[in-house]
Amino acid sequence: MNNRYDRQVRFDGIGEQGQKKILMKHVGIIGAGALGTHVAETLIRAGIGYLSIIDRDYVEYSNLQRQCLYTERDAGEVLPKAVAAKKHLEQINHNGHVNAIVGELSGKLFSDKFSTCDVIVDATDNFETRLLLNDLAIKYKIPWIFGGCLGSKGLTYTIIPDETPCLSCLMNHMPFSNDSCDLSGVIAPIVEWVATQQVVEVFKLLVEDHTALRGTLLYEDMWTNEHISMNVQTLKNPLCLSCGRHRTHPYLSESKKRYRTSVLCGRDTVHIRPEENMKLDMSYMKQMLMKDELPCVDNGFLLHTCIDGHRLILFQDGRALIHNTSDMKWAMKLYMEVIRKGRTCLTE
Amino acid sequence: MKVTINGQEVQLPEQVQTISGIRKHFNIEQALTIIEQNKKIVDKNKYDSQALSDGDRIEIVHFVGGG
Ligand SMILES: [Zn+2]
Repeated sequence: MNNRYDRQVRFDGIGEQGQKKILMKHVGIIGAGALGTHVAETLIRAGIGYLSIIDRDYVEYSNLQRQCLYTERDAGEVLPKAVAAKKHLEQINHNGHVNAIVGELSGKLFSDKFSTCDVIVDATDNFETRLLLNDLAIKYKIPWIFGGCLGSKGLTYTIIPDETPCLSCLMNHMPFSNDSCDLSGVIAPIVEWVATQQVVEVFKLLVEDHTALRGTLLYEDMWTNEHISMNVQTLKNPLCLSCGRHRTHPYLSESKKRYRTSVLCGRDTVHIRPEENMKLDMSYMKQMLMKDELPCVDNGFLLHTCIDGHRLILFQDGRALIHNTSDMKWAMKLYMEVIRKGRTCLTE
Repeated sequence: MKVTINGQEVQLPEQVQTISGIRKHFNIEQALTIIEQNKKIVDKNKYDSQALSDGDRIEIVHFVGGG
């Protein structure tokens, strides 16, 4: 092992014992975008034993401004983010076991891949997935660390099931807002700030130093120099459907619907998700698209084609990204036309 | 009146008298926020009635969702 972890072992908060724990433990990261790549890089450098990272998207040039790990070559090859992240993480530290999952978080996938995690880091970019993660983390009693950023603003909170308020408790306190899409952009420093706050809480949880946990909701606006550390314990709601006495895991139930479509914020792209266990025969699909004289590129992980000027990306799990549209109905129609050309099956 | 919002002193126009007034004034009615007044989180159902006083310390946390 030589002494690659020497500097953090010398740090009193971690020490030899703490490092031993880090080397054996399992962290899940939901999302391999800006937050996810920073969190993953720091954890793999720190010697995390097992890292499971899931992402539903692929690398684009516009990601490179703030998402570490990725290179121009990954964007050129249209690699799924989870695949590209694993490749680079293993180059940084080959000792960690990295499990990369190209897909969408679901109840089944969580129970297969994330239920043994010691901590889970939220690196998603939407509240729909976060609320699902919240239900799942509470169900499996795994601490998870909320993180969000936009513009120069960032926010993080550590959620310990049955101790702290959960994300639903917090969201239920906020006045209704139509989940409008904000196109403000984001600067890399606030991403790194949020990721740093998340990772230090991960360290504390991994070395089991719970007294060191921050305990507050932390908010920062790096451009206007606003810093807030807010105690939100009073928002814990005994009647919360996600974490209260009579919990029903409402977002987990909602996620089992057959087809779900959403417009990706600020991307003019529709994301379509079929039911959980679908598997697409990629080589057959490619043959069928080429038979119809549609341009078709297969990089071993996903297929991309172009129909009537719309770029369409198809993943093995049957998901699709349809670019240059935010018309969900139209995108669904196009998706069904394409998917019917192929062969699908359901995995166990 | 003068209040402190997120650590910065702000002179509010006369018509701003409640938490709802602040949300309107700063055009954040549509934003997901948690608001604290003098270290106490203000219940969302009391935004219209919760009066402001000179010297109040208001903290507004924006629930930003990007990542
Ligand atoms: Zn709750």
